[in-house]
Amino acid sequence: MTNVLEIVRHDLLDPSGLTDNQLHKVLHTLAGRHVDYADLYFQSTYSESWVLEDSLIKAGSFDIDRGVGVRAMSGEKTGFAYADDILMPALMQAADAARSISKQGGEQQIKAWHELPGHQLYQPANPLHTLNENEKVAILHRIDEYIRKKDPRVIQVSVSLAGEYETMLVMASDGHLAADVRPLVRLNISLIVEHNGRRESGYAGGGGRYSYQQLLEGNTAYAFADEALRQALVNLDAIEAPAGPMTVVLGAGWPGVLLHEAVGHGLEGDFIRKGISVYSGKMGERVASDLCTVVDNGTLPERRGSLNVDDEGIPTQNNVLIENGILKNMLLDKRNARLMGAKSSGNGRRESYAHLPIPRMTNTYMLPGKSDPNEVIASVKRGIYAVNFGGGQVDITSGKFVFSASEAYLIENGKIGPAVKGATLIGNGPDVLTKVSMVGNDLKLDAGVGICGKDGQSVPVGVGQPTLRVDELTVGGTRAHSDE
Amino acid sequence: MSEIEKYVFDAARIESVAKEILIEAKKQGATEAEVNIALNKGFSVSAREAQVETVEYNQDKVVDIKVYIGKRSGAASLSDLSTDAVKAAVSAACHIAKFTGEDTCSGLADKAELGFDYPKLEMAYPWDITVEKAIELACQCEREALAMDKRILSAEEATVATGTVLHLYANSHGFMGHFPYTRHEMSCILVAKDKNEMQRDYSYTIAVDPKQLESVSHIAREAVERTVSRLGARQIRTTKTPVIFAAEEARGLLSYFVSAIAGSNLYRKSSFLLDSLGKQIFPSFVQIQEHPHLAHALGTAPFDNDGVTTRPNVFIKDGVLQSYIMGVYSARKMGLKTTADAGGIHNLTIQPGKKNLAELLKTMNKGLLITEMMGNGVNIVTGDYSRGVCGFWVENGEIQYPVHEITVASQLQDMFSRIVEVGNDVDVRGNIRTGSILIEEMIVAGL
Repeated sequence: MTNVLEIVRHDLLDPSGLTDNQLHKVLHTLAGRHVDYADLYFQSTYSESWVLEDSLIKAGSFDIDRGVGVRAMSGEKTGFAYADDILMPALMQAADAARSISKQGGEQQIKAWHELPGHQLYQPANPLHTLNENEKVAILHRIDEYIRKKDPRVIQVSVSLAGEYETMLVMASDGHLAADVRPLVRLNISLIVEHNGRRESGYAGGGGRYSYQQLLEGNTAYAFADEALRQALVNLDAIEAPAGPMTVVLGAGWPGVLLHEAVGHGLEGDFIRKGISVYSGKMGERVASDLCTVVDNGTLPERRGSLNVDDEGIPTQNNVLIENGILKNMLLDKRNARLMGAKSSGNGRRESYAHLPIPRMTNTYMLPGKSDPNEVIASVKRGIYAVNFGGGQVDITSGKFVFSASEAYLIENGKIGPAVKGATLIGNGPDVLTKVSMVGNDLKLDAGVGICGKDGQSVPVGVGQPTLRVDELTVGGTRAHSDE
Repeated sequence: MSEIEKYVFDAARIESVAKEILIEAKKQGATEAEVNIALNKGFSVSAREAQVETVEYNQDKVVDIKVYIGKRSGAASLSDLSTDAVKAAVSAACHIAKFTGEDTCSGLADKAELGFDYPKLEMAYPWDITVEKAIELACQCEREALAMDKRILSAEEATVATGTVLHLYANSHGFMGHFPYTRHEMSCILVAKDKNEMQRDYSYTIAVDPKQLESVSHIAREAVERTVSRLGARQIRTTKTPVIFAAEEARGLLSYFVSAIAGSNLYRKSSFLLDSLGKQIFPSFVQIQEHPHLAHALGTAPFDNDGVTTRPNVFIKDGVLQSYIMGVYSARKMGLKTTADAGGIHNLTIQPGKKNLAELLKTMNKGLLITEMMGNGVNIVTGDYSRGVCGFWVENGEIQYPVHEITVASQLQDMFSRIVEVGNDVDVRGNIRTGSILIEEMIVAGL
């Protein structure tokens, strides 16, 4: 791991000649007698994106963002400032601003830094250089040609390739020193088909913490293209979705957004500490059927939601949130852990140096059960089989959550029937998993496109689940029972 | 140059950075170039349990560069104004332009379209407030809220924030424009508890001029009323019913209209309002216009992201679509003229009706009042609409009880054409200004 620390020092500190001694001095200034904790977070992000539209490479961009965030905490108080110049004067100015949270002066000894060894879940390499520009442009054209050739009903294709190379270094007054080099790549394909005057869209994509080569290995890109086209064509024939409560079978993979909304957010430690989460005070209680075990696991190799260390330098963990239906653990950053007398669970994340770390999810999924997915569908007399979703949202206090199906089918007498139009599904977090009566043996994680927003901060995340049967969930279609 | 431009941001220096970028671009082979710079300074505080919880100081620089080599383009952005960093970014953008395709519609606005004589609008009203005073206001807000109703369990937070932005746009046709603007906000998020039920809601105020912010006491009272009124929420049976979108949610409804007539979606054939110019979209009493120079409004701007002077536009007259929303690029793609809306609209306004919300409830008599929406189950390509909602069940023109865990669904085409009335309770806390909107019928899914 020394290697990673060296890469990061070279990238973040060397250009401005910042030394450990100087940084020690900044932290020293920062950590007065009434400051319990202080940290410096250096970050640089190089990102690029290439977009094809109208069979042309329409846009290409290269973005650099570098800066340092400075934080001081005193009891429940946090002072925070940042600078987008990694230079000593800017750093001192930010430190002065951050420490103003604690009026009293005085000085506190900063602990000697010791490196926290993180995981080695991905290669500390820059993905942007793993293909040359001709190759990047060529693959976008090939995908476009492939799709247009495959079906004449396609009237619009948009393909984008995006890569990011992030380095981060955190130095804290408690002696923690940690660095990470985080590659992230992504391919998105969206298209529109038109038939008999009706237009529908389809979308597919994926990615993770690896090189472009690995993203585009074999036929992956064409598989995404096939998938986007398949979804659009399915929706061309979709009929109105039903409205009202009914049995819902959720497909494996991306529908795990259910767990992210219904369970994950409500278990973030800031909401629990403030007593405003619907899950506050429910530790050890039953919140799901005993078929359900849900984890938040930041340690999966190369996944979009994974991190070697979180943004406070704590190695990520595989945290069990719900075990056989019983609520077990929450997600904590350093601040909320300290205020609750607990330990960080490695979930302190921030969008960038310009944002404060808060408890966030990584990869959230349900462990597989024993049922054959076909049996799960066959068990339903009348209901919905939802296999693809857009986003979701939750009110963590009332527990109400929504997630929007973009591909779904009727189930009639145990058989998959016609496709129905997109509809929002709504439920109550602590109830919904108690209604899970079958869990498939087909755990699947999403393809690597998840973005989670909280307090105005976006971070990459993953979700997953096996096929699930939920005995009752409200489906927000347009066809009321009275129509039948 | 205003005081803010001189003393807060050193606009003269930023201008010279922008010029340096344009010269560097030409030197590196660009035939045209443009640059957007945004500088932002401010702070936000939050309070909880009678003391400050966080103090955040913001200070950002974002420089966006776009170069054209013939009809090919490349872009780069950075957060560093140093000469070396700027040169490297220009070089990255020029490098990219070697690999993008020849796009006949690309390029700067024509010289004749550029707003060299753009109007000088007053948009910056700094708030002379210290961090200490802001903390005091936030604490006062929380204190008043907690004292008002014993069902209020706690405040998630009360916040006060203030910020000043300098926006600059320059291009190689010789356009150089910049203006400062301000944003000030206060908010209060509360949690109420009754028996085993917890509900959360909030209130906020946002304004260009601090004088136009609502008072702390107003925010506290409104947050309490909203939060407490949600206690006892239940589901209702699946049914067809009239629906009122309260003004703050009506804004969201109109934002889908904006998306559907946005040039960027139309030339991509990604809208249910394709080829709709001259067609009846709304009932004939509906008028929708853009007022980009409105004093004290959040969407006001003298020129758009192409450097074209903004101007009043009429999008809907007597319910009929008059114009799409376009910048130079999307206009060229569609063979039309720009409406000076590159980067988004400026104060879209639907003409208010004569009734306030209480009177609209009477008109509806029986139905659903929506005060909060969840999720984004809206498909702009087809118009399919399905979202989670919270609100109130209304009978005999009066609120009966709060409802939640239900959805409303329809198609945007139908919703627009079945608007019965627009209220006069205009919510000005956004770039889209509307009163509450009554819609004849939607499908509610619940029990």
